[in-house]
Amino acid sequence: MNSLAGTMASLAGEIRLRNLTVSYNRHPAVHHVSGRFAPGSLTAIVGPNGAGKSSLLKAIVGLLPAADGAIERDHLQPADIAYLPQQANIDRAYPISVLELALLGHWRRSGAFGGVGRKGIAAARTALQAVGLEGFEDRPIASLSVGQLQRAMFARVLVQDAKVILLDEPFNALDARTIADLLGLLQRWHGERRTVIAVLHDFDLVRRHFPQALYLARRLIAWGRAETVLTAENQLAARRMAESWDEQAAICHTDTHTHTGHAA
Amino acid sequence: MSANMVYDFLAGPFADFPFMRRALVACFALALGSAPIGVVLMLRRMSLFSEAMSHAILPGAAIGFLIAGFSLPAISIGGIVAGLVVALAAGAATRATDQREDASLAAFYLIALALGVTLISTRGSAVDVLHLLFGSILAVDRPALLLVGSIASLSLLIMAAIYRPLLVEGFDPDFLRSVRGQGAIYHFIFLGLVVVNLMAAFQALGSLMAVGLMMLPAAAARYWTRSLVSAMALAALLAALSGYCGLLLSFYADIPSGPAIVLAAGTAYLISLAIGRQGLILHWHRRHLEA
Repeated sequence: MNSLAGTMASLAGEIRLRNLTVSYNRHPAVHHVSGRFAPGSLTAIVGPNGAGKSSLLKAIVGLLPAADGAIERDHLQPADIAYLPQQANIDRAYPISVLELALLGHWRRSGAFGGVGRKGIAAARTALQAVGLEGFEDRPIASLSVGQLQRAMFARVLVQDAKVILLDEPFNALDARTIADLLGLLQRWHGERRTVIAVLHDFDLVRRHFPQALYLARRLIAWGRAETVLTAENQLAARRMAESWDEQAAICHTDTHTHTGHAA
Repeated sequence: MSANMVYDFLAGPFADFPFMRRALVACFALALGSAPIGVVLMLRRMSLFSEAMSHAILPGAAIGFLIAGFSLPAISIGGIVAGLVVALAAGAATRATDQREDASLAAFYLIALALGVTLISTRGSAVDVLHLLFGSILAVDRPALLLVGSIASLSLLIMAAIYRPLLVEGFDPDFLRSVRGQGAIYHFIFLGLVVVNLMAAFQALGSLMAVGLMMLPAAAARYWTRSLVSAMALAALLAALSGYCGLLLSFYADIPSGPAIVLAAGTAYLISLAIGRQGLILHWHRRHLEA
């Protein structure tokens, strides 16, 4: 089980957001956010729907460009970042087996054309054991339950063996036992000094398991130790953020003052 | 009925007439090249995209026809250019405006189809229009056969090469982008293959029916197997069989080759729908398992 922790992520490198704005059609989804994810930190991103949580993750992965400001990733190659998208974007009818799904985690090394090899297959099997899917290797993913599919997706992240792990609503629609098992994996990654960032909705779960939290409502509400971030005042501040965007919004000129957050 | 008569009926037309032999070989090549593409189109829920593309190549082919008459290179190049332009224009319209891709595709292919028929009507006869819309096996001469064969060979090689990234791009595009998988490139290569293969089918099947050998065998094969590789092999086999039966039908019943071949493929589809392993009859009679 430990063979996957091959490269210890002790020098993961910091991820800094410098006055970051990410936008869709010029409307900001993430608006003037600054702060840093310390190497090896375990951070939950919380906030209402439409708060830009997924956009922030995508920007960190490099899937969305920064409309303004910048993301600095010290010493981090794209290969060092593993990203687990929301399940909604996956075509579950695909005739792909559980083992094949886990093997996709080798993409950085195998590429579109290279082989994976016996060691790679062994690593994928080990990852499937670690997520509790032993014996499911040859099952088509269409036959899996939502929870089993998410376990398989976590196995793919395990195989990726990345220094930074970004998870977009990883526990959506899962039962308590699956969440507990997958949380165990998160703790293990944290123990291996990997930087883990997860978008979550369950405040209790964040309080119990996440040292750091980032409260986002397009603008940064708070960023720091979870118990200081998940407060009633911050919740109220987030609620004041208009959920729908303003079609007639004027051009933003707030670049002179920025919202700063801290992560220990 | 003696064995000889059966042989004469089933093989006679091909033994006696060179144009029937050429048409048969062309159908076999088309089957090999486009059936795997059809399976991937189905998997990615793009069946209607191929239909739209097959109409989109018509105005280009018509322009080629107006310039050079029934000249294979002119019609082919015109058709491929038009197909690629419509594919890219529809894609760009979707990306730039929040419209869904099917809406912009429908708009573009209707315009293209109308434009194509209008163009041919200005110079050609009603027979020319029929040929371009429904195909003519007489159009499959030696150069056409070479073209179809080359396209099929190239398609198979390219499909084998881009198999993995193409499938992953359909399954989990966000993941592929997160590992810098260049999914868009493979997607566009694949769209190009669709257009080129439709152009190959255009000669024998005509604009309206070109998509038949691509989609119907693929749809039929999916009723028999869940595995992609066996679906591709089976689809190619069914397409080849449909080509053979369709040409016989076209020969004896004296109907255009395009509709005859597509009717044969349609029959294969309906039979698969009824008695395939994932088909209707087994679906009605299936008992559940113990666990």
